[in-house]
Amino acid sequence: MDTSLTESSSAPPTETPEEISRRRFFEKLSIALIGLCSAIVGVPLVGFIVAPFFRKVPEKWITLGKVDDFQIGKTVSVPVVDPSSLPWAGITAKSAIWLRRKNDTSFIAFSANCTHLGCPVRWLEGAELFMCPCHGGVYYSDGSVAAGPPPRPLVRYQVRVENGEVKMSPIVVPITTEL
Amino acid sequence: MKRLFKTVWVWLDDRIGISVLLSPMKHIAPQDAKWWYVFGSATLVAFIVQVASGVALAFSYISSSSQAYETLLFITNNAPFGRFLRGLHYFGASAMVLMIGAHMAQTFLFGCYKFPREMTWTTGICLLGFTLAMGFTGQLLRWDSTAAWSVVVAAEQAGRIPIIGEWVARFILGGDTIGGATLSRFFAIHVFVLPGIMFAFIGLHLWLVLRHGISEPPVAGKPVNPATYRAEYEELLKKSGKPFWPELAWRDVTVCTLLIIAIALAAFIVGPPVLDKPPDPSILAADPRPDWYLLWYFALLSLIPDRIEGYVMIGFPVLIGLFLLFVPIWNHKGERAASRRPWAIAMASLSVIMIGALWWEGQQSPWSPNFAAQPLSEKVVGATSGPVFTGAQLFHAKGCLNCHLIQGFGGRRGPNLTYIADELTRDNMIIRIVNGGTNMPAYGSSLKPQEVDALVAFLQSRKRPIRPQDQSTQAELSPTSVRK
Repeated sequence: MDTSLTESSSAPPTETPEEISRRRFFEKLSIALIGLCSAIVGVPLVGFIVAPFFRKVPEKWITLGKVDDFQIGKTVSVPVVDPSSLPWAGITAKSAIWLRRKNDTSFIAFSANCTHLGCPVRWLEGAELFMCPCHGGVYYSDGSVAAGPPPRPLVRYQVRVENGEVKMSPIVVPITTEL
Repeated sequence: MKRLFKTVWVWLDDRIGISVLLSPMKHIAPQDAKWWYVFGSATLVAFIVQVASGVALAFSYISSSSQAYETLLFITNNAPFGRFLRGLHYFGASAMVLMIGAHMAQTFLFGCYKFPREMTWTTGICLLGFTLAMGFTGQLLRWDSTAAWSVVVAAEQAGRIPIIGEWVARFILGGDTIGGATLSRFFAIHVFVLPGIMFAFIGLHLWLVLRHGISEPPVAGKPVNPATYRAEYEELLKKSGKPFWPELAWRDVTVCTLLIIAIALAAFIVGPPVLDKPPDPSILAADPRPDWYLLWYFALLSLIPDRIEGYVMIGFPVLIGLFLLFVPIWNHKGERAASRRPWAIAMASLSVIMIGALWWEGQQSPWSPNFAAQPLSEKVVGATSGPVFTGAQLFHAKGCLNCHLIQGFGGRRGPNLTYIADELTRDNMIIRIVNGGTNMPAYGSSLKPQEVDALVAFLQSRKRPIRPQDQSTQAELSPTSVRK
């Protein structure tokens, strides 16, 4: 039958205690060196892979357009380009948000991600509702949940008007963490 | 010439040890291990097809978020055999999922997971998990709009994992949003990490098959006794065992050949899955759906009550995984024959029925609103002016038709309203419209009173047609006929 590693590496009965001790030392030394090699290669490797966990998003406000580009009362999807995206992101650096101009100087920006599972919600102009294609989540015009599975209202971004331009806070995919 | 070949072969075999390397193929196996035992080999062959077609596709595929879509278009439309290879990779994945499912069902029903093959089963369950992970990551490498949004859905699901959810979600996205880091990490996982782990586990799985032998078909009334099983098995092999190659392997080879022909035919005739729109997250008209082998899980999450969804999303796969991994630990002895294990039959049958039914529901997706719903035709509305006509127009404009069906037109998210006037009174209709209900928004603040009136007028016109016999009965009961 099979012989275990411990049995096969056990010292023959003829060996002296010094020889056994020497063998044990080499065994431990070899294991320690293997551990050291693994750490030398492994630590930077794991660090490189998990780096996105710790990547700080620069607080760069995104320009959405001139104030006059938007009609009061209208809710429109506005394409935005993530300024912190990697150079090779291409079209994936783009995103979109739903923007509504409330009055001359005030805007509301909603995330386009359903708070249920992140699918892109659509604005139904006639119904004045946001609706999600995946599981039928529905939100009222203020972003509060109207029906379906979304656990919380649509996420809002901060918006400010600066020198006649509408700007919003950095874009993120809002992750729902509660069960 | 023949002699020369023989000399070369003998020399090579001596130096490389090819015969020794292949000798496990001739291990002695129970002679009754026949057609039911081919699914493991079929899974392995499907995996080999995946590796081969995947390597070929990698010659042209660029795993860059900005270029992958274009390379997929090139592979599909311009590269020689590109369309066929993409189809081969897609149907190979489907075949692998089907075959691993069949292999698992057979080993479960035959009780092959019992002593001493507990770890053979457990490594197989790990391989099932890796196969599904390969399927999902592979769908994402089809870097179109569906794939990009599926990454977001995966990140949102991962976000529900207690404590580390947000980190895992960021890891999946490669940051705070989809971007340059997203695709390349899925490429690395799909092409290097998972296949590497799978090679190791397949090696371990095969080693365990050799170590413990191919299980003999179960016999009712002959339970597994760990104290005596190994001796009995050895005795069986001595008495009636046959070398796996070629006495038993020919069936595996036959089925694998048929499988490859089926995969190739499907790839040639049906072709690869059609690419959706480019992976531009600013295009919000997207409707992400998983491939068929995960569609049932998508359907499950859509059908369960909202309040327990988060728990099911995380808990269900964990519980199923733990159950499958540990089933041989508490059930390692006793009867193997399915005829003496009614619970095993019930569980396997229920699993197939549940997955099949959920898959079917997933195909229909009745919970999704129909954004393509067009205004109802005059024929359906039954009016060209007046409140019924206005109500029908509002029914479309206010999004009601996205969720409700009228004579086969519209969505299936909410109840079918084709004959709603037979079920609800005018007052009840107003209450529902104004206050909303389960899964229906309240329209009280967005509809004017005259719009509510028009909508109700339209809904009140949705009645079952009166049949001739009913008409005659009504005529008999009408006041004029009574007077006569």
